[in-house]
Amino acid sequence: MSRDTALVSAEWAEQNLETPGLVFVEVDEDTTAYDGGHIPGAIKLDWKKDLQDPVRRDFVNQEQFEALLSERGISNDDTVILYGGNNNWFAAYAYWYFKLYGHEQVRLIDGGRKKWELDARVYTKDVPVREKTSYTAKAPNLEIRAFRDEVVQAIGVKNLVDVRSPDEFAGRLLAPAHLPQEQSQRGGHIPTAISVPWSKAANEDGTFKSDEELAKIYGEAGLDGSKDTIAYCRIGERSSHTWFVLKEILGHENVKNYDGSWTEYGSLIGVPIALGDEPGKA
Amino acid sequence: MTSPATNVANVAAGCAAPDQSAPLPSSVDLAKETVITGIVRNAEGEVVGGAYVRLLDGSGEFTAEVVSSPEGVFRFFAAPGSWTVRALSRHGNGELAVDAARGVNEIALNVATA
Repeated sequence: MSRDTALVSAEWAEQNLETPGLVFVEVDEDTTAYDGGHIPGAIKLDWKKDLQDPVRRDFVNQEQFEALLSERGISNDDTVILYGGNNNWFAAYAYWYFKLYGHEQVRLIDGGRKKWELDARVYTKDVPVREKTSYTAKAPNLEIRAFRDEVVQAIGVKNLVDVRSPDEFAGRLLAPAHLPQEQSQRGGHIPTAISVPWSKAANEDGTFKSDEELAKIYGEAGLDGSKDTIAYCRIGERSSHTWFVLKEILGHENVKNYDGSWTEYGSLIGVPIALGDEPGKA
Repeated sequence: MTSPATNVANVAAGCAAPDQSAPLPSSVDLAKETVITGIVRNAEGEVVGGAYVRLLDGSGEFTAEVVSSPEGVFRFFAAPGSWTVRALSRHGNGELAVDAARGVNEIALNVATA
């Protein structure tokens, strides 16, 4: 994978709004942004309502994903162009998700909604109507999804990349600073994890930094290119952003997103938790 | 009866920022939280909605970002200490240093084209 097969620019997107075979999809946790105005022709996916199972604590399964995409009018041979707010966190999560279920052609709009807004490009409130399809998803590709036992086994063995803010890594904050801090998890990080906040990979306007800058950031942080990598954050969307950088832009081979992330790990009984700014010992 | 608490639980389930202009949920304990809040305005003094407001820590490291409400309001839950609040918008950018203490810290943030 590379930047060319994973990303499109906002400018390219604007020039290709009418191109057949492309489906623009805005993904967010809070879809009021979409309702207030979105890229012309884009449909929406609600991270919480559409992509999470309402009962089982997990995301939707293969059949549910097929039903969702069929209902929204996305076909297997469409190229899905994703974007969203929060510097594309939820769009990157959806990208990972589309890849997990084997969708071939997926792209992110570099910079997402933020770049679109700062460029003062046009929005519409018109909601497109798409014909239903019969979408077929593949079995989940678990080569890109990490589960908790595997994460515990990876301590001191694989690259663990904690992409939360430095204060969350150290245990001084329990959530990003735009959220209230009262949480039930214990603070800290997975021992031996390196701290590379997701934001290091992004420019101020939300676009990704250059390949050279990205390689330097993770290299200097101590990411060992010869090892497999697991990225995590609090709930798995910021780490999707970093998974996207490592796997889809820089082309690292074995990179998994641990979507259980700190919400799960920080609640487990019997696992080690490191405090402070250093990775800590295995 | 339990709606305020349920509301916060829903917010905490994800990472998207809550409604920036909604009143502080009653479950937010201002004896514990350090809230940095304010309004983004342009050079004419008009409120700026849709601005990307980012919180940078004492070393200039990105910590969080929210989008200002249609009334220009933004809000962070930080910790006591030195922070920089920076806004990017289609009307220009601006930033302000803030020494926050526990409780509510109100600031006025102005953006202008360079």
